[in-house]
Parts: sequence; structure tokens; C-alpha cells
Amino acid sequence: MTAVEIAAAVRSGQRSARSVVDEHLDVIAGGDADIHAFNLVAAAQARARADEIDGAVAAGSDPGPLAGVPVALKDNLCTRGLATTCSSRILEGWAPPYDATVVEQLHNAGAVVVGKTNMDEFAMGSSTENSAFGPTRNPRDTSRVPGGSSGGSAAAVAAGFAPVALGSDTGGSIRQPAALCGVVGVKPTYGLVSRYGLVAFASSLDQIGPFTTTVADAAAVLDVIGGPDARDSTSISDSQPPVSDTLADGVDGLRVGVLAELSGNGIAPDVAARLQAAVGALESAGARVAEASVPAAVYGLSAYYLIAPAEASSNLARYDGVRYGLRVDGSSTPDMNTATRSAGFGDEVKRRIMIGTYALSAGYYDAYYGKAQKVRTLIINDFASVWEQFDLLVSPTSPTTAFSLGERTADPMAMYMSDVCTVPVNLTGQAAMSVPYGVGDDGLPVGVQIMAPALGEPVMFRAAAVLEASL
Amino acid sequence: MGADSLEVPGLGAPPDTEWETVVGLEVHAELATETKLFSASPNRFGGDPNTHIDPVSLGLPGSLPVLNEKAVELAIRVGLALNCRIQPSVFARKNYFYPDMPKDFQISQYDQPINVDGWLELPSGKRVGIERAHLEEDTGKTVHIGGGGRIHEAGYSLVDYNRAGVPLIEIVGHPELRSAEEARQYVAELRSILVAVGASDGKMEEGSLRVDCNVSVRPVGSDRLGTRCEIKNVNSLRSLGRAVEFEARRQIDQLTSGQPIEQQTRHWNEDDGRTHALRSKEEDYDYRYFPEPDLLPLDPSAEWLEQIRQALPALPRDRRLRLTAAAPSVDIDHIALAVERSMDELALAAISGGGAAERVMTHIVQNLADGSGQLTSEALSDLVGMEQAGELTATQAKKVLAVLVESGGSPQDAAQTLGFEAMDTGELESLVDSLIAEHAEEWSRFCDGDGKLTGFFVGQVMKATQGRADGKAVTQILNSRRG
Repeated sequence: MTAVEIAAAVRSGQRSARSVVDEHLDVIAGGDADIHAFNLVAAAQARARADEIDGAVAAGSDPGPLAGVPVALKDNLCTRGLATTCSSRILEGWAPPYDATVVEQLHNAGAVVVGKTNMDEFAMGSSTENSAFGPTRNPRDTSRVPGGSSGGSAAAVAAGFAPVALGSDTGGSIRQPAALCGVVGVKPTYGLVSRYGLVAFASSLDQIGPFTTTVADAAAVLDVIGGPDARDSTSISDSQPPVSDTLADGVDGLRVGVLAELSGNGIAPDVAARLQAAVGALESAGARVAEASVPAAVYGLSAYYLIAPAEASSNLARYDGVRYGLRVDGSSTPDMNTATRSAGFGDEVKRRIMIGTYALSAGYYDAYYGKAQKVRTLIINDFASVWEQFDLLVSPTSPTTAFSLGERTADPMAMYMSDVCTVPVNLTGQAAMSVPYGVGDDGLPVGVQIMAPALGEPVMFRAAAVLEASL
Repeated sequence: MGADSLEVPGLGAPPDTEWETVVGLEVHAELATETKLFSASPNRFGGDPNTHIDPVSLGLPGSLPVLNEKAVELAIRVGLALNCRIQPSVFARKNYFYPDMPKDFQISQYDQPINVDGWLELPSGKRVGIERAHLEEDTGKTVHIGGGGRIHEAGYSLVDYNRAGVPLIEIVGHPELRSAEEARQYVAELRSILVAVGASDGKMEEGSLRVDCNVSVRPVGSDRLGTRCEIKNVNSLRSLGRAVEFEARRQIDQLTSGQPIEQQTRHWNEDDGRTHALRSKEEDYDYRYFPEPDLLPLDPSAEWLEQIRQALPALPRDRRLRLTAAAPSVDIDHIALAVERSMDELALAAISGGGAAERVMTHIVQNLADGSGQLTSEALSDLVGMEQAGELTATQAKKVLAVLVESGGSPQDAAQTLGFEAMDTGELESLVDSLIAEHAEEWSRFCDGDGKLTGFFVGQVMKATQGRADGKAVTQILNSRRG
């Protein structure tokens, strides 16, 4: 059952939320030993919440648009009283005293949190192999990675553990695992979804979004979690029209650009073929398709791997052993800080903290961080002129289908290349999503990325619905 | 000594060189908001440790700052009062590890501060340039337990985050102060301005006003700045003066003995009256400033700025000018003191009510150091009138004033209660005459011109009247009797 179907059944009293939740908890219990999508399954809490919802329905009140829908949360979303680890040793033993805004919103919409999902430590990675608690496996082929960093959330939805999961996307961390696991994944416009309670990786790039099996489910979730939040200063202050309302409006007459810089070099032929098929489907539905060019997009990855680590080096400074999480004692406070951080962070996190610290250092700032910000402005400007000619852009989400566990762990650059198609949109703040569109030569899912200008979600979802229907 | 040392101003200066002290001050003032700069926790001094906290002021993972509009308004008030240009500004992260800083970075302003290019006028009329006055958050406080409270000997440390996130304005002055006294006046003036515009309570003893002083010295006439040292832990106007005096002396001694000054941060020790090296420039942090991505740039509208400007109260400088106009013969230091004590309104009202300006100001400067209490301007004006009319002596007036401060009312009633009713002239004359008769020998010496005897007779009158008589009137009678 999809989330929309579950909610309808629970709201109408056809099904109890408790039976829905029990069913999913059973699937998790039966399957997660192989997949390791979850860091924590909150079974008792989920059952209690489901009973509450059933009580509300019985009392004649409406628990909300996601009534009884099991939701898995990436383990970097703060949940009151429930361990939030970011898959890092350094947060050992910490349970937030508050819920993230999105968690409150889901709760108020009647959704039921079933657990916290595995991720690359602090969302730094593209395969979920950088987790202190071991990797997550791809439910489509357990010898493959699920992508990352929200690999646990993507895998949870792909494996049927929950119809909905939330992830965070800083450089592709929702879209790339969605593509590799064959589910829908959305990175909303920066500022559409509140970041309050999302443990920061790179604040100017991070955005929370849903994983679902259908486009309509993704729309339903986005309609719940989008909107202004006074606790996030970067939140967009105006409410947006519900995406679900225009989902069936089609793409007739829309101008769709195939983004040349993200669709040619380095894209596996079987992935490129699926993109062509998707373009054909959009054309058949009435879209006018042409090639589009964003020349500066080729510098996106380089700019991203300076800006994101720079912000991360600052955001992750607070894990110092003083207030919460891990503490490894030392003979002085600085020694304690060093011992704690040396023991608590994994290699990839350390690597990025070092890159970011260097990029911000006196004498290097202009050459690295300063220049990366200029490149970011250039990319924003290039996209702005493309949006004068196109309503949407498309590209592959990932250059390849899911790769094998261990294949890229020894080569950070190869791993970073996994994000080449997804990163530019984080730099610009625009909306983008990945829609599954068949399989590659290896039988593994291929995702198509649809990009829209800021707050272009309604149009983006219309195209996603057309693609979904054309399969 | 290497060739480089010749570059140090003053090195090799002849022993009779006259030195000039150069001081630039950085003042941190806590803004008097209800809540913290980026969260809803109370901004309040004291309280049990870690009770004025929340996820944001603890920097918990996932928390985000939201700017306090009131803090921005207060910062703008300060900027306007310091004649600054108010400009669009950007918050920046200042990154360094310290246990009392919850995020291990401080949200401050760096290359685009809210207020720039202002000035402040000392009571003397000298203008001191203000480079910038920017917004930032305060840190928590670390308490070192064991080892006499010193960090290196402490067994362990406790951190109180009540102060973390309290809004601060950092006011950076140009190095244009030339003495410890000017530095003291600058801070006193700045404090008056901060209090006047309601931006801060200005309490140095509670740490709501903190001063870091940059001190250097150079030979008089030199136009180059010497190497400076930054002095921390100056917690009162008095220690500011002492610290600058000491540090300038230390630097002069060092230079005249052929030693260059090392750029250092130094700690003022109130107990031994000396500054002590904390760290050298090489040990300074690289703060890795970059724009705070969790906050939007700040761009106050012209309408809002105008609204704030219109609502500004009279500033100390304007108040001094006004009081000077009403009391032109009074020393500027006394005028400044009246304004500093916020008694200028009282003085102006008393003067315009008919009280003699100099006498009114004397009371304010000498007799009202602890505040004006229940004293009204009418009472002060009447009191001065009674003195002028000879109805009260200076000593009596001071006692009456104390009563007025304590319980209000009119000076006439207070004088009556105290038994200070002026003696009638006839009564006084007959008293003087009887004393002359009683002390014939002293009287003849007085008539021979021995001035000391005036005091003797006045004293006798005072004794007989229990201080009720006016000394001046007694002297007049004595002189008239001498013929």
C-alpha cells in the first residue's frame, strides 16, 4: 500500500493504524538484518502512536493527511528522547531534548515514526559505507551499495520497511540513493522545508526531503513538511500551493531542457539510454524538448567540495566532548577535545574537516572558499538564464547504477564523482527530484533527475507524474 | 640587537625623550534585551547555573539561530548615538575552540558590521573616532574548581551557559586617546551614551560593560604607532586608568632600556597592579571567519532607521551643552558629572525655577553623590533661595538637603523640623553685643585688626545659637560695631 492509500484507509476506519504499523514492523524484523537500513527501530513508541491515532479516528476526529503512515527518519533528524547519532560515534548516548520541525509536522499529520535510518557519518558520503555502525545494503542487490548519504532511508522504502522516509540532501544525498534503490526522492527548493532539528552538515546546501515509492506519495509528504518556520531564518516566509493539487496537470506545452553538461561525458551508456527514453515519454506527453547548457555546471563539484567542507568544519566544531556525546579524557581541555574528536569521527569526516579548515584559513580563504563562492554565483547566474528558455531541466541522477560495496571506498575522488549530476542544484538552491525510470544493463534501477527553478515544485511534480505513468 | 630593532619607534631614544601614550579601546556592552540574541532564553544576570538555556543557546545539534529584532534596534540606537553610518550587514562565524562557547564558534560580524565610521565627543570637546560597533553573541562562563581558580592548576572546570548567546555590541575606537585619563573619560562617556539610549545598563562590575585596551607608546612628535599590547580584565574605570598608566610605564621602561615591545595580549591583575603576558601574537587564533549561512544578511529599512532616530533621547553631549548654557560659569567637569549622574534635568529645572546656577551645581556635585532620592527641583531651587537670603547657612543647607533627599517635602519644613529657623537680625545683634561686653579683651584685639578674632566671635555666636546663626551676618555685625 502507498502512503496515500494507507492514510485514506486509516482515516475512513477501513484499517487500523496499529495493523499498518505492526505489519511494517514485521517486515523490518524479517528483513533488516540483511539490509541494515535502521540504526534504531522504535517499535514500542510506534505502536503506542498508532493506538493514539486509532483512538482519534474512533473518537471521530481526523488524525491528518498522513494518518497511520509509517515513516523512517534519517538519523540526522532530531527526535525528542530518541537517540540521534548521525551514524557517528561522537554522538554516542545523545538523545535530543526536542523534535525537528519536520518531525513535529509529520506527527501533527498523523504519521508514525518507526525508526531512525543509517547514513554516511554526518551525511558525508555517497554509499552509506561511511557509517560508524556498518554499511546499509541495497535491497535490489545486497552486494551493492544503496547510495548515500541517505542510504538507510532509500533502502527502507525500497525494501518495504516504510512507505515514506525522510532524508537530507546536501549534494545529492536524497536523489542519488533514490536513483540507486529505485524509489522517488525529492530535494525541495532551499528554504521550502525547515532545517530546524536537522543536524547540520553544510548549512547553505542542506535540505530535507522525502523518499517514497510513488510520485503522489512524495507530493503528499512534501505538502506536509513544506512551509514557513520561524525557527529557521532561511525558511521561505510564504506558504506555497499544495503540490498534490496539480499533480495530474501533465506537461503539455512545457519547455524541457536536457542539461548537456550533466548528460554526456562520464554517464554510463545504459543510464544515458534510460534518460533518452524518459525524454521521449515527456515529448509524447506534449513537452517541447531541446538541449540546454549551463556551462558553469562543470565546476559544480569542485566548488561543492570546498563550500560544503568549509561549512562542515565549523558546524562540526561543537562535537568537542564538553556537553554531550562521546568524551575521551585528556590532560587538558584541548587534549580532551583532540582525543574525543580523534576517536569519535571517522576518516571521511576528518578528511572534510581538514579540507574545510584549510579552505577557510588566513591566506587561503580567497583562493579556495572565496573562489568557490564566486563559482557558485556563476552557476546561479548560468541557471538563471537557462530558466528564461526552459520550465524544467532533466539529466541522469547518477552517472551509474548502484556500485558494489567497497568498490569506491579506497578512492575518495571516484566516490565524489557519484555526486556530479546532483551537486549543481544544491549550489543554486533550486528544486530537483529523482524518479525511477527502468533499469540498466545490470538490472539495477536508473533514476532520472528533474530540475526546476526555485519553488518550481508543482511543475516538477507534474513531469514526475508523467514519467511514472509512462512506465 | 639586530638591524630590525631600529624600526621600533623609541628604541635608542635619548634618555630625556618625552613619551606619549596611545590608547585604543574595544568595549563590549551587553544589550539590555529581554531575550538572547538568537533564542528566546532570558537575558538576565545571575540565576542558578544553566537555567537560562535552550537548544539554540546550548548550540545543540540541529538548532538554528533566529535574530532578535530588539537587539538590532538597540545596536542601531548605539550606532546613531555614536554618529555612525548604519549599513547593510552580514553575520559571520568566528571559529575557535573554547569550552564556554557552545558551538565552538561565535556568531559575530566581521567585514560588514552594522555600524561604521562614527565618533564620540569627550566632555573636553575632543572627538574620538569610532571604527565600528557590531553585534555579536556572548559566551558562557567557565569556573575552575580547585587550584585557587586558576586554569592550569584546576582539578576540573564547570561551565555555566546562562550568558551564552546574550547580545553584545562591540565598539571599536580608533587609537586616538592620549592618556589614562582620556581613556577613562572615553569609557565614562560611552557608558553614559549606552545608558542614555537604553542599550545597556553599563555595569562594569557585573560584566555588562567590558573593556579591552590597546596601549602603545611613542616619542612625542612621532606620527607612527608603536607596537601595542592588548590588556584584558579591566573591570572598573579606576582599574582602566591604573592599567593604562602601568602598561605605558612598562613599555617606556622597556624601550628606554633598549628592549623592543612584543605584541602581546596581557592580563591586568587588580591585586598587584601590574599587567602580565597572556599570549603573544604568534599564538593568536586564526578565526577562519566566513559568512554565517544560517542567518540572512541584515538590511534595516530607511523607515525603521528614521523611526529609531526620532525616538532617540537627548544624548550626554547635548545635555552637557544645554546645562552649560544654563550654568555658563560652572566648570565643564562639574557639568559632565551632573550629566553622568543623570541630574542635569534636576539642575536645569532648579535653575529655571530661580535657583542660583553655581549653588545648584555645587549641591549636585558635592552633596548628591548618592543620588537625588525624593528631592524635587522646586525644593532644590527654594533651598538655594533660602541660602542666598541668609535664612540658612551652608552647613544647615547641607543637612536640610539630606532630609529632602531622604523624605522629600519643602526646605522650609525641613529647616523648621531641624530647628534651623533663621534668627532675626535684632536678636543676633543683641547677642553679639552681649558677647562683646563679655569678652572685652578679645574685642579690643579685634578692633586692633587681629583677624583671627573674627573666628573667635563667630564661634561664640554659633555655640550660643547651636549653629543657627549665619556666620556672614555675624561678621557684618562685628565689623559695623568696630565702627
